[in-house]
Amino acid sequence: MDPRRGPLAVPKVRRVGFFTSIEPSPETPRPNRSLSGPAEAITSSSPLSDSPSGQFISPVQIPPSRHHSDNLASRAAPVPVPGPSAFRRQLANDRALHVGSYNPVDSLLGTSPPSSNGEVSEDSGSLFGFQRSDSAKLSASFPNGGFDMTMRVRAPQESEAKVAIASTSDGRKKNVEASERHYQAGEGESVAAKPRKEKETKSLKEKTSKAERRAIQEAQRAAKASAKGEGSKRAGESSRPKPSKPAKQPQPKKEAPQVTSSVSEKRAVSVEKERRMDVPQTQMQYDDKSRVDKAKRRSVVEQTESKNKVELFLHLPQYERGNQLPNLSSNIFSLDTIHHAVYKVGLQHLAGDISGDNARCIAMLHAFQEAINDYTTPPMKDLTMDLTAKINGYVSFLIECRPLSMSMGNAIRFLKNQIRKLPVDLSEPEAKASLCSEIGRFIDEKILLADKVIVQHAVTKIRDGEVLLTYGFSCVVEMILLYAHEIGRKFRVVIVDSRPNLEGQKLLRRLVTRGLDCTYTHINAVSYIMGEVTRVFLGASSIFSNGTLYSKVGTACVAMVANAFSVPVIVCCEAYKFHERVLLDSICSNELGDPDAIANVPLRNNKKHSKTMDNNKNLQFLNLMYDSTPAEYISMIVTDYGMIPPTSIPVIVREYRREDLLL
Amino acid sequence: NYKRYLYQRVFLERLSYWAFVSAAQTLRPIKPPASHYLVFLFNSVSLSPEYSLSTSSPHRSPPSHSHRKMPDVQSMVLEFVNKLRKRKIEGSQATARCTVELLRSVISHHRVPHANQASALIDAVKAVGAQLVAANPVELAVGNVVRRVLHIIREEDLSLATAAVAGLDLLDASDDDEDVNGKGIGYPGMSAAVVAAAARSTLRPPSLQTLLEGTPESATVPYTSSSGADSESKTADKSSITRKLKHDVIEGVNQLIHEIAGCHEQIAEQAVEHIHQNEVILTLGSSRTVLEFLCAAKEKKRSFRVFVAEGAPRYQGHLLAKELVARGLQTTVITDSAVFAMISRVNMVIIGAHAVMANGGVIGPVGVNMAALAAKKHAVPFVVLAGSHKLCPLYPHNPEVLLNELRSPSELLDFGEFSDCLDFGTGSGSPLLQVVNPTFDYVPPSLVSLFITDTGGHNPSYMYRLIADYYSADDLVM
Repeated sequence: MDPRRGPLAVPKVRRVGFFTSIEPSPETPRPNRSLSGPAEAITSSSPLSDSPSGQFISPVQIPPSRHHSDNLASRAAPVPVPGPSAFRRQLANDRALHVGSYNPVDSLLGTSPPSSNGEVSEDSGSLFGFQRSDSAKLSASFPNGGFDMTMRVRAPQESEAKVAIASTSDGRKKNVEASERHYQAGEGESVAAKPRKEKETKSLKEKTSKAERRAIQEAQRAAKASAKGEGSKRAGESSRPKPSKPAKQPQPKKEAPQVTSSVSEKRAVSVEKERRMDVPQTQMQYDDKSRVDKAKRRSVVEQTESKNKVELFLHLPQYERGNQLPNLSSNIFSLDTIHHAVYKVGLQHLAGDISGDNARCIAMLHAFQEAINDYTTPPMKDLTMDLTAKINGYVSFLIECRPLSMSMGNAIRFLKNQIRKLPVDLSEPEAKASLCSEIGRFIDEKILLADKVIVQHAVTKIRDGEVLLTYGFSCVVEMILLYAHEIGRKFRVVIVDSRPNLEGQKLLRRLVTRGLDCTYTHINAVSYIMGEVTRVFLGASSIFSNGTLYSKVGTACVAMVANAFSVPVIVCCEAYKFHERVLLDSICSNELGDPDAIANVPLRNNKKHSKTMDNNKNLQFLNLMYDSTPAEYISMIVTDYGMIPPTSIPVIVREYRREDLLL
Repeated sequence: NYKRYLYQRVFLERLSYWAFVSAAQTLRPIKPPASHYLVFLFNSVSLSPEYSLSTSSPHRSPPSHSHRKMPDVQSMVLEFVNKLRKRKIEGSQATARCTVELLRSVISHHRVPHANQASALIDAVKAVGAQLVAANPVELAVGNVVRRVLHIIREEDLSLATAAVAGLDLLDASDDDEDVNGKGIGYPGMSAAVVAAAARSTLRPPSLQTLLEGTPESATVPYTSSSGADSESKTADKSSITRKLKHDVIEGVNQLIHEIAGCHEQIAEQAVEHIHQNEVILTLGSSRTVLEFLCAAKEKKRSFRVFVAEGAPRYQGHLLAKELVARGLQTTVITDSAVFAMISRVNMVIIGAHAVMANGGVIGPVGVNMAALAAKKHAVPFVVLAGSHKLCPLYPHNPEVLLNELRSPSELLDFGEFSDCLDFGTGSGSPLLQVVNPTFDYVPPSLVSLFITDTGGHNPSYMYRLIADYYSADDLVM
């Protein structure tokens, strides 16, 4: 067996390492292959099933996580089947096989039950090819050569499946069905196959969990790939699976490696694809004329480019502000492409009614929820595809209103992934409900709950008699300060503020009404005040994987001065705001605010600030919204995973977020 | 309640330039005991040790000779003191010029006694200077100029004394040359000159000439120049010397005025040496020196770009930007918070100093330290422009606090804006809201790359020596 598995095992050696920590214990006592599947599935599922999201996180699980945690994420779906699902079994076999590639126990497993697996052992000479042949064999048996799957073709297949069902436990049945699905897929993803699929899924619906369906899908895709290559030459072996049916043992066995092998191949592809998707799309560069023009033609918001652009920031959108809003708000009743909730949020972003990353993100997600609720799949269209396109349209509208923050980008990616991994056989209302609940879960877990956790962590860093400095307005920092005040810590707060938004005044008002002792100053005075400060608490818009903090402009100044005065800088940031990108300066990626906000100076006594010069070509006003703080200024990041140094950001991004967002 | 706010507001605005301690004291009686009102806590500015010595002087009775001053001088002094106290004079250059003009009229109106004129003048200038310094201790230019004038008096006195001693020497060389100094044995006529030269060399930088002056060859020059003096001309000399001293001092002061007035041009002349084509320059707030400097480079056909940080809380950067644009420079106004973000694209930071301390530290407009730190982080040269009247001979101690001044909070928050959130009925006593609005910022010498003064470019570590040229050591404590 080993030589046969050689080619299989090689690419998966790595996987073994990740799985052995969980797998071998249930497997080893069971020599019987057929049993090992269920046992495995049960043991592995039990700790997971109660934690729908990423609670089950083992740091060594990364590479196969797509396959596995997919299962996890959807574990919340009921699994009515008493036995293990087909997918789990496959997974289990899969694991077993790969473990076996160097684990003597497992290789023994593979051969030890000769009584039941006699056929297998003889089959397995052509294990690889045989499995491949399954699909091809069937397709060959069908009149249409398998590539034009129609309803009538289904008849023999179903009968075949029924035989299998009759003679097996339901766990087995599922497997057969899975394989059947696999056959279908072998014939290509013809549209005609769909109704049949749906019919089947109706019958299966109660019995299959999401995970199973997912597995089935994967199997289909895998088989398609394999069938293309080898389908024709294996056609002769059409009778192959039938003899094995009475025994029933070999089939899963054959099935499993086959599926996994193709799955693993496919996984390699998909991981590759995913990796490509992981690399965040390059942002629109606004100095690229053709792309800007293209974007403009599609745009809903009519932006007029500002006359006096800052040369250094030509790659960012520089538009005139304030003139589109009345226009847009009058359009709200004549909407066709944009859902009204999204439109409203867009306008709120544009007008600046919603500010703050969390607030913006939550508003956007709620709008998407509403939009999804009101969504109906147009005839002849696929929900997944169409909804994704719709969401894309919404997102580009929102971008037109105001460039998305990094956290919103993350949330959108999460949503798209949820849509993408939506099972095809889910009915539309179900799919919508599932999406909405996923969005709600995201808001609750990733934002609201995360904030609570952060407050709990951060408050331990506030002692009596401290002087805490904060910059601008961050709702997490506000929660921390209020909570610390509530639990009776005695401390003083220094609020540093800066033009043009003067968000610090909002924070100052909230804190002072709650009875906190506050000192208010502007950012230039930060070196004056820093001498008496003992800690700096900062909010974040995003943290990049090189540890760079991307936050409201001025944060870097405060952090730098704090660093110069040897005051620890504590950044409070929810983990969903972490981003895989890297950033070195504040120029390449930024957002420009309204330049008029800079031009209008709030001085009552100084009348010399006339607007006469404003039209001069040489005078520009630059209203940067964000800046990036180098990691060396940050002492600690408080996040929902605990308190970490900035160097740990890539680890968090890679190991935790992947499961929550991408899978 | 609203009326009270209004009243307080008007009142405070009027008082905003008063010393805050006294403002707070005046406010206290009109505070109603348990109503909602707004209190801004003013961190009172404590004075540096050097200044706390001098602050006591305005209260002591003026020296006797000042009574003989013309009344208009006295009133001029008082008027100027009032202006300083109310911070009516903005900018160290204007202050310096006013101060030196005032001192000139003090000197010219001062009746010099026949004996010991120099010390009488010094006392008079010191008395006025102490009042001025006490009026605005953080405006270091006042003290600098007073010290400069004192230095001029001492110098002129010394040079006259040197000449006189040389003249006397000629007469008495035969009998009591050993009494004048014990070491002039071999060269009786030259010994006094040697002493004078030695005295000068303690004040003057060791130039080649002063080094040579100590040698016998150079000492023959005064010997021959005053060779025609006799006993009659000696008394005539005496009276001419008294007039000459005052005349020379006023001439010296005039020169100082000229120098202060022309320091911008002197500094701006060097602009072309420091600004190249396509440079990107960051500046903060508004400074006339910087404006002239940049414009001088522009006039020399250099084209470059200027980022101006607006300079909270007064936002004078906007004024500077408009001036620069009017002169055809490409200017971008940024917020102060964007300094760190933009500094990586900046080739040079140029700021105008408020004062330069003897250790090379800079007191500048608030926010400068932040810019200096950012420049250091990105290895951007941080250039400070300072006229010589800004060079202060004092060494700072905790200058962020001690040489700083807190301005009116109304520049940051509107009065009454937060009155609804403040409840003092609880009687905890301490106000919940403080507003800190400092005027200056201190940049340690380690963050400064270069000083450009009217005498050229200097390293921060050299400033103490440069400063020693301008002041005499006796005047450091006034």
